[in-house]
Amino acid sequence: MSHEIARKSNAIVMNELDHVATALKDMKVGEEVRFHVGAEVREVRLSEAVAFGHKFAIVSIEAGEEVRKYGEVIGRSTEAIEEGSHVHVHNIEGIRGRGDQADKEEAN
Amino acid sequence: MRTIEAYARDNGDIGIRNHLLIIPTVICANQVCNRIMQMVPDTISIPHQHGCSQIGADKNRTFDVLAGTGKNPNVGAVIIISLGCEVVDPVALAEEIRKTGKPVEMFDIQSIGGSVKAIGHGVEIAKRLKAELGRQRKTEVPLAKLKVAVKCGGSDSTSGLSSNPALGFAADRVIGSGGGIVIGETTEIIGAEHLLARRCSDDGISEKLISIVNRFEKEVERMGEDMRGGNPSPGNIAGGLTTIEEKSLGCISKCGSAPIRGVIEYAESIPEGGLYFMDSPGNDIECVSGMAAGGAHIVCFTTGRGTPTGAAVVPVIKITGNPRTFKLMEDNMDVDVSGMLTGELGLEQAGDRIWDEIVEVAEGKWTKAEVLGHQEFSINRIGPSL
Repeated sequence: MSHEIARKSNAIVMNELDHVATALKDMKVGEEVRFHVGAEVREVRLSEAVAFGHKFAIVSIEAGEEVRKYGEVIGRSTEAIEEGSHVHVHNIEGIRGRGDQADKEEAN
Repeated sequence: MRTIEAYARDNGDIGIRNHLLIIPTVICANQVCNRIMQMVPDTISIPHQHGCSQIGADKNRTFDVLAGTGKNPNVGAVIIISLGCEVVDPVALAEEIRKTGKPVEMFDIQSIGGSVKAIGHGVEIAKRLKAELGRQRKTEVPLAKLKVAVKCGGSDSTSGLSSNPALGFAADRVIGSGGGIVIGETTEIIGAEHLLARRCSDDGISEKLISIVNRFEKEVERMGEDMRGGNPSPGNIAGGLTTIEEKSLGCISKCGSAPIRGVIEYAESIPEGGLYFMDSPGNDIECVSGMAAGGAHIVCFTTGRGTPTGAAVVPVIKITGNPRTFKLMEDNMDVDVSGMLTGELGLEQAGDRIWDEIVEVAEGKWTKAEVLGHQEFSINRIGPSL
């Protein structure tokens, strides 16, 4: 996990397996964001505004895919997510602690 | 061996504060305890909602938290005030706390003849005990005796990116100096328990850790609800955290990298040295109260959104990695590690900043929560009120 954040980065990716980066400042639609993925420097153009501390996709994510941050699964996409889109509760759901789905799982 | 100036207790513990604690055994005694606290400066009362209409493990949990808070080494003397007819046994409570060797006084409101006489009687006792505590002197004690609890609350995405990893670095320094770390919040390792389970000292401990997480998740299933909205909370979500898994993965870094030597019950006595997991709710006050009852001396508390809460008998050090929160709530924040997000502060520097604060607070520096009189206290319930 990379905790040393390079100066002048305005987003951070915690692990090379991650689908998302976290914005380190408020960012506007169309903004080009530079960040490190391991040793590599990459850029993504934002298709939506992303607030400080929120996530955006650094790769395209299919609907129903497991989404990773810290190199670990943080949830599942509920729709296809384009690179550069805001990633949050509107397009990712938790997999754990889902009492609302408990009956469904028992039926399967 | 590094030493600090603190109070050497009769049972071999060290105390970094020397509080006179006033414990109501039941909600019905809260007002009497609070009045005594108001009359005698620098005393602490711990009003709570419990102590009656409880049975079994739920009643025992209330007893254990009250007893543990009284036994906490930061407490120098205790007054227990009972109503006289509640289910928590004040005599047993006094006996349990006396095992530490500290003075414990106990009386009940019904026998003494009502609130006014009880307040007067309690003030007389408090005056005498305060005078005794004032005569005690700090001595050189080993820093290795220190037990530090790590907690996060009011989290946002900066918690997992900065303040929690920095606290983890400091936690490793505490353990490296021979001290103990306790982490809790069973709810907030859901989705990250596999990573902690790999770090347990043996398979039995790993299995216990996994089983307490499963038990909690089954409780959520029984409620028939998605835990999102309750945890992560609306504020966590506004701060960029999307799921409990994401929150958990950001949470666990605060305990550092040592092996987990054991999983202990809520409010159970924390063993000396090394890392332990306390089975406890994520709720800030209930969790911290359980850790204090387990004998933690200090709580290191990271926050992204910002929270003012303290604890009754332990100093709470507030650490934030969110630059806006530090500016907005500097009244409540002790350590700023937000430079980590701009690359101005490295992980080790940030961790050392927290370690330095731990040592200073252990030697007597007041935290912001102490200065502002934050003495929150809350007991976790596991059964219905009868």
